[in-house]
Amino acid sequence: MTQEIWNLVKKEILIEWRMKYAISGMMLYLLSSIFLGYITFSLGRVQVSATTWNVLFWMIMLFVATNSIAKSFIQESKERLLYYYTITNPQSIIISKILFNCLLMLFLVFGGFLIYIALLGNPVDDIGLFCLTLILGSIGFSTSFTMISSIASKASNSGTLMAVLGFPLIIPMLLLLIKISKNAIDGLDRSASLDEITTLSAIIIIAISTSILLFPYLWRSN
Amino acid sequence: MQFLSNHWWKLLGVMILYYVVIYGFLMEVPALSILNETIRNLFFHVALWFAMFILLIVSVIYSIKYLKSSSMKADVKASEFATVGIVFGLLGVATGAVWAKFTWGDWWVNDPKLNATTIALLIYLAYFVLRASIEDEYQKGRISAVYNIFAFAAAIPLIFILPRLTDSLHPGSGGNPGFSAYDLDNNLRKVFYPAIVGWTLLGVWFASLRIRTKSIQMIVDEHHSNE
Repeated sequence: MTQEIWNLVKKEILIEWRMKYAISGMMLYLLSSIFLGYITFSLGRVQVSATTWNVLFWMIMLFVATNSIAKSFIQESKERLLYYYTITNPQSIIISKILFNCLLMLFLVFGGFLIYIALLGNPVDDIGLFCLTLILGSIGFSTSFTMISSIASKASNSGTLMAVLGFPLIIPMLLLLIKISKNAIDGLDRSASLDEITTLSAIIIIAISTSILLFPYLWRSN
Repeated sequence: MQFLSNHWWKLLGVMILYYVVIYGFLMEVPALSILNETIRNLFFHVALWFAMFILLIVSVIYSIKYLKSSSMKADVKASEFATVGIVFGLLGVATGAVWAKFTWGDWWVNDPKLNATTIALLIYLAYFVLRASIEDEYQKGRISAVYNIFAFAAAIPLIFILPRLTDSLHPGSGGNPGFSAYDLDNNLRKVFYPAIVGWTLLGVWFASLRIRTKSIQMIVDEHHSNE
């Protein structure tokens, strides 16, 4: 099973490497949306407050996550899915998709963070804690959105559904992320964020385990 | 007798709601600051919430049943219980808005519990959008069941997290008289607990009527397609 998951992740990375769809497209998406934020703020000559900085960052990340993870199931061709049915089991598929999306999001979130601080400045006091938030955010977004993507891919208007189904579900996670990263920006003592980090990890564990439990019912239905 | 043994719970629900409405409006209530007479809304607003949660839990249970059995009946039940739950949720919002106007001075405030509710309603509205966008009956059943369970698991933390993140105007926090303050009054409890049961029974009745019409519709459709 571990070998199987590893092979599937390797296959995803290989496909990504050859097509460079998500990486290049999403990097450009990131760059243009961050630049949009930069240019609109500088036009109004507004001093960006730490709260605005923080919320804007996570909003951009949320949209990047929806768009890049949507492709993980929606863009799979029917023939390839049929091929998967014959060679592997559903748990390996969903776990490998989550792992790959996690890697992709880590890359995009850290890349986005670098572009973001280059353009909009860096008010973060506790970089270590902020990086932890970025990692937790990548894992959280990728787990929830992978499952949503597989649900949305079965319906006819999957693009809209991805946002409609995913956004309400992601709100608790997003609120916790914003709260922890605000603590990191303000440089609060790390023990102050411990409660939120635990809750966030618990949500992620719930999302992963329900995905693994429910995906077998979903994957053959088309 | 057959009639009574099958339908006694409907009668019970209606009787309880008569009791709740009549006695709830006529009884003596403790004069609490801020709340005053509006505390009677406890029997409507809060009780409707409890009923909504019970109906939504029933819906999730039927979704799990559907995944196990693939019987169309379970899917119809899951979706109809969710529909009635959402109607109760909207009624809860309406009664809550009236209550908020009289105690906090505004129809809608930025309160974590209100936000949690909005999110829960959005999740279930998305559930209906998802159902509408799939044509095949069995596929619709399976996919919406998966979403129902996934959303329910993801929405549970909402109820525990949101109120902790910010201060709430809701009873029990932010200097408002808490739930324990009502609980001290046994008279309120005598109406509040039956009110939950009454609203839930009414909801089950609504849902069962809708399930019956849906089932008949399905049989009729099948006849038409066979001809």
